[in-house]
Amino acid sequence: SVAKQTTEWLETVSHSLFVCSQQKELTSKKRDEFEDILEERRLSSDLRYAMKCYTPVIYKGLSPCKPNAIKSAVLQSEQVQYVIKQLAKEMGESPDIIQEEATEILDEMGHSMQLGAVRFFAFTLSKIFKRLFQRVCVNEEGMQRLQHAIQEHPVVLLPSHRSYVDFLMLSYLLYTYDLALPVIAAGIGKADFLGMKIVGELLRRAGAFFMRRSFGGNRLYWAVFAEYVKTMLRSGYAPIEFFLEGTRSRTAKTLTPKFGLLSIVMEPFFKCEVFDTYLVPISISYERILEESLYAYELLGVPKPKESTSGLLKARRILSDNFGTIHIYVGQPVSLRTLASGRINRCPYNLVPRHLPQKPSEDIQEFVSDVAYKMELLQIENMVLSPWVLAAAVLLQNLPAMDFELLIEKTLWLKGLTQTCGGFIEWPDNLCAKKAVVSGLTLHSNIARLVDGHVVLNDKGVEDGAVGEIVFKRALAILMCATYRNQLLNVFVRPSLVAVALQMTRSFRKEEVYSCFSFLRDVFSDEFIFFPGISLKDFEEGCFLLTKCDAIQTSQQEIYPTDKGSVIVSFLSAMFRPFVEGYQLIFRYLLKETKEAFTEKQFIPGVRNFVFQLLEKGSTQCYEALSSDMQKNALAALVQLGAVKKKKMSNGFTYSVNQEAVNKILDMFDARIPVQKPVAARL
Amino acid sequence: RQELLKWNGWGYNDSKFIFNKKGQAEFTGKRYRLGGMVLPTFKEWIEKTFGASLEHKTTSRASINVNDVPPSIVNEEFLQDLRATKISYSQDAEDRVFRAHGHCLHEIFVLREGMFKRIPDIVVWPVCHEDVVKIVELACKHNLCIIPFGGGTSVSSALECPEEEKRTIVSLDTSQMNRILWIDEKNLTACVEAGIVGQDLEKQLAESGFCTGHEPDSMEFSSLGGWVATRASGMKKNIYGNIEDLVIHIKMVTPRGIVEKNCQVPRMSTGPDIHHFIMGSEGTLGVVTEVTIKIRPVPEYQKYGSVVFPNFERGVACLREVAKQRCAPASIRLVDNAQFQFGHALKPQVASIFTSFLDGLKKFYITKFKGFDPNILCVATLLFEGDREKVLQHEKQVYDIATKFGGLAAGEDNGQRGYMLTFVIAYLRDLGLDYYVIGESFETSVPWDRVLDLCRNVKERIVRECKEKGVQFAPLSTCRVTQTYDAGACVYFYFAFNYRGISDPIHVYEQIERAAREEILANGGSLSHHHGVGKLRKRWMKESISDVGLGMLRSVKEYVDPNNIFGNKNLL
Repeated sequence: SVAKQTTEWLETVSHSLFVCSQQKELTSKKRDEFEDILEERRLSSDLRYAMKCYTPVIYKGLSPCKPNAIKSAVLQSEQVQYVIKQLAKEMGESPDIIQEEATEILDEMGHSMQLGAVRFFAFTLSKIFKRLFQRVCVNEEGMQRLQHAIQEHPVVLLPSHRSYVDFLMLSYLLYTYDLALPVIAAGIGKADFLGMKIVGELLRRAGAFFMRRSFGGNRLYWAVFAEYVKTMLRSGYAPIEFFLEGTRSRTAKTLTPKFGLLSIVMEPFFKCEVFDTYLVPISISYERILEESLYAYELLGVPKPKESTSGLLKARRILSDNFGTIHIYVGQPVSLRTLASGRINRCPYNLVPRHLPQKPSEDIQEFVSDVAYKMELLQIENMVLSPWVLAAAVLLQNLPAMDFELLIEKTLWLKGLTQTCGGFIEWPDNLCAKKAVVSGLTLHSNIARLVDGHVVLNDKGVEDGAVGEIVFKRALAILMCATYRNQLLNVFVRPSLVAVALQMTRSFRKEEVYSCFSFLRDVFSDEFIFFPGISLKDFEEGCFLLTKCDAIQTSQQEIYPTDKGSVIVSFLSAMFRPFVEGYQLIFRYLLKETKEAFTEKQFIPGVRNFVFQLLEKGSTQCYEALSSDMQKNALAALVQLGAVKKKKMSNGFTYSVNQEAVNKILDMFDARIPVQKPVAARL
Repeated sequence: RQELLKWNGWGYNDSKFIFNKKGQAEFTGKRYRLGGMVLPTFKEWIEKTFGASLEHKTTSRASINVNDVPPSIVNEEFLQDLRATKISYSQDAEDRVFRAHGHCLHEIFVLREGMFKRIPDIVVWPVCHEDVVKIVELACKHNLCIIPFGGGTSVSSALECPEEEKRTIVSLDTSQMNRILWIDEKNLTACVEAGIVGQDLEKQLAESGFCTGHEPDSMEFSSLGGWVATRASGMKKNIYGNIEDLVIHIKMVTPRGIVEKNCQVPRMSTGPDIHHFIMGSEGTLGVVTEVTIKIRPVPEYQKYGSVVFPNFERGVACLREVAKQRCAPASIRLVDNAQFQFGHALKPQVASIFTSFLDGLKKFYITKFKGFDPNILCVATLLFEGDREKVLQHEKQVYDIATKFGGLAAGEDNGQRGYMLTFVIAYLRDLGLDYYVIGESFETSVPWDRVLDLCRNVKERIVRECKEKGVQFAPLSTCRVTQTYDAGACVYFYFAFNYRGISDPIHVYEQIERAAREEILANGGSLSHHHGVGKLRKRWMKESISDVGLGMLRSVKEYVDPNNIFGNKNLL
């Protein structure tokens, strides 16, 4: 019967593969053309641009109101008043005091959009952007779709988050196209962003509002914040903008989504307070990220400079630098109503007054999570990849030095592969591969350079420095370089994990490969973006893409690399090797060094030192394991797999390791035991 | 009576909208205030709203083609028994078709262009309670299916014969049971046979100086028994109550026997009220034969009124406040802007230059001086009733509240025309059908805090569904708040579109109506406020009243009518 099950499973797989391939062809869609918005800025007066007649299109159901009216509507709302009364009763305080507190919270986070500030920004940003960037390219059709959407229903803008430039740029863009400026939910740490007094105030007047990054237990804060966002959404006051990723991705790799804000903006639809809500995924791709070196330092645990106003002024130095081109792709607005149709029953909300806070049902939570992942996948789909991204990926597999001609050849080869797998490459018009790579090298001369016909990383610090110093410099260069390769990872993750699984299992049996793939997908679930649940579909897509580029052939029961395919398979699996090896190192650290419960604050430096020593000894080459991002993801994955217990304490979380479970996972990585999973049950 | 009424449309034969030789719209007949008047702006409104054109016309068949009508199959033994009772009956095709339908769009469409698959085999006319007892007994004896028929104004497919019904279907027409049996002035009640039509009841009571005050929009044609069977609601329920508040005693003939109470009292505590099994049973349990109903002296004074609000939101807020203060007049209704415009289009040609000048002045005052946007403003119509002094006092109270919500008094005339329109509006569908425009109304009840959201979302849903289904012109999608209660309101929607270019308009129409109903339920509205469930809305009964609730109703049906003699398949 096992055999029978297997055949049945294989039939399903091959059938789905067929379906999948058909779908793929249908969905391999044409993307919009780009337009450079700086071009006109370079030709005409910035002042006139800033003072232009600005009459943005607005939501058709909007009843005009001032920011202050919104604030008082929020304070007087049944929702906030309810929580105030509750808290007053519980704490035995007078409601007036809590009301006072609510007012303060609202003032701290509230925005006060003023046209003057907007014009000031329009002028200054024009000046700054023109100096920083060569081009700012936008898909105009996307802007037109957005314009249409804004008039029809409340709109939520969901940009990717790689830099502080993101929200400045997006507001700038909407101003340029005469669209309503968004109100932005920007997270603030303690002395983080609000510390920048002047800039903070200006941003506030340009429409940003601020939420504390952590307000776990504070019910009043949550109530005021949620009501504030919902009030603006319901009234169609302005598009709401926030980052699904929650924070800037330090690695240029999309972070797994946060659900809190998304569920807030969906609630008015669930409660029938709006007819529909549009979710608009926006992909902002930087040829060179402004904060790239800051990020690398941060990942290595060197404290980042505070984002103070004076710090920003010092950053003037940056202004003389060149950061290449920005691509902004405004995706198709997605109707929440359409997403929810047939999935969400809104009737349960009818039996309780709508202002009472309700814990979302499991259905709703699952739906919010699915939508969040879907939006991030849409962001990824339209991220623009520059030639340098391809070159960086090649270079990282050929350290310490690579022949220049070979790099060009390989980059061109990778271009084809990337396009086959659906990657969105912007290759400057008619530019030959050599020029493209050279221009990438010029732009990123801080990372790599050409020496005697070879490309090498810029990892030389002080000559004859201590071993530690050399390792650190090298790690810095590699992490910076990896920031660019990382932009490819989510494009390749499905075929690559199939490739890794092929190598790890050393088997051609489809069932075994799938089982290993599925295991890898679970382990890397915090590292890469997978739509929840559909492991088999991801596997099929991976296999399909590998077949499409002639890397493998599949039969009913087997998968095997073709002759010329082994190059692709090993390239793709090598691309992900830093993660496989990095996770192994981290797991090993956990097994060796942690006998008692620990906190994240102890874990990060601990594992960093552990890896650092290994690098110094030369017993590993996996510099990327030094990245705190990878370390956190690995820990989170173990928590999800149940191999590490996470416990909430008064002062944060502590972790304790289940040695046996971690050992087992590590063994699977080392492929010492055959991977066994109840495959049939999953299918 | 059948002769007076249209066989393929709403209402009286002599009353209808037409386009006269000049191409102007006109309402014929003398029955309504609008009768014989020319409506100069109406044509333009139709063309603008629906993209309809007078050149594209469809016409109904002139009369029923008898050959299409399914044959009458009645067994001879039953006919013999029936003849012995002396109850009149008919197997004539036209008589049977006339009782095979209500007034849902698809039913009228079938009349105009096709034929029903199943219609009653025989029509019987009992003249009293005893006749009904005999008929039900015969039906039980011969295992026939009875479908009670009152005024025939159902809009829930309740009168449609189940296609799969193999037994002989008897249409039991109550129209000959139309006497007032007695009037009790001491207790202010009247015992009336259930077949009496609303306007006859009021006319006859008025001769003795009384009224019931129950005025559903269909009161010209609908019957007392029908009101009971569907849980009807009247326009003036704020003073007189809905049917459940008016009824004191009901006599119903069921296959199990006669069900009634032993006394005629205002209230009793004897377990669940059996009246509530009967009211809303939609002809599934038996035939209501006699009803004792509350009566009131005819009011001394009536006054219409109207208020213009700057927008619908303010209007709803005003109605809510009126309900909160429990000072609603006999009737208070709020129409949205689209319906206001529609009412405007039905304004007859004015008689003198003076009135025309006055109209212009009013318009100028409201739009220019008060700054109301004619494309946003909305209107509430009011009807006050009672003794003169109290009415005037009441009127002041309501207008004072309206002022607080930005309302402006807009005159008696506008109010009166508003109410007249509710009777005339039903005739419009027949005109629309001639020009590729189909439409219907539907209703719901909803808590106050959700009124605005529900109105907006349902209208928008209709527009979106039309677009998705390939309807080429934006539909008319409009609503009015027609009743206010302590905890909520009744909302009435009109929906119509031009179906040119669509091959199966009725199917498209039904899909859209269904989507609209789903939107209503999602928005916290009820399945029905007063139209009932019939067969049209059966699919949502379970989610409306829960499995157990449905089981409770089913067990009543099983006990009362185990052989499903009353087999119209409504409700359950």
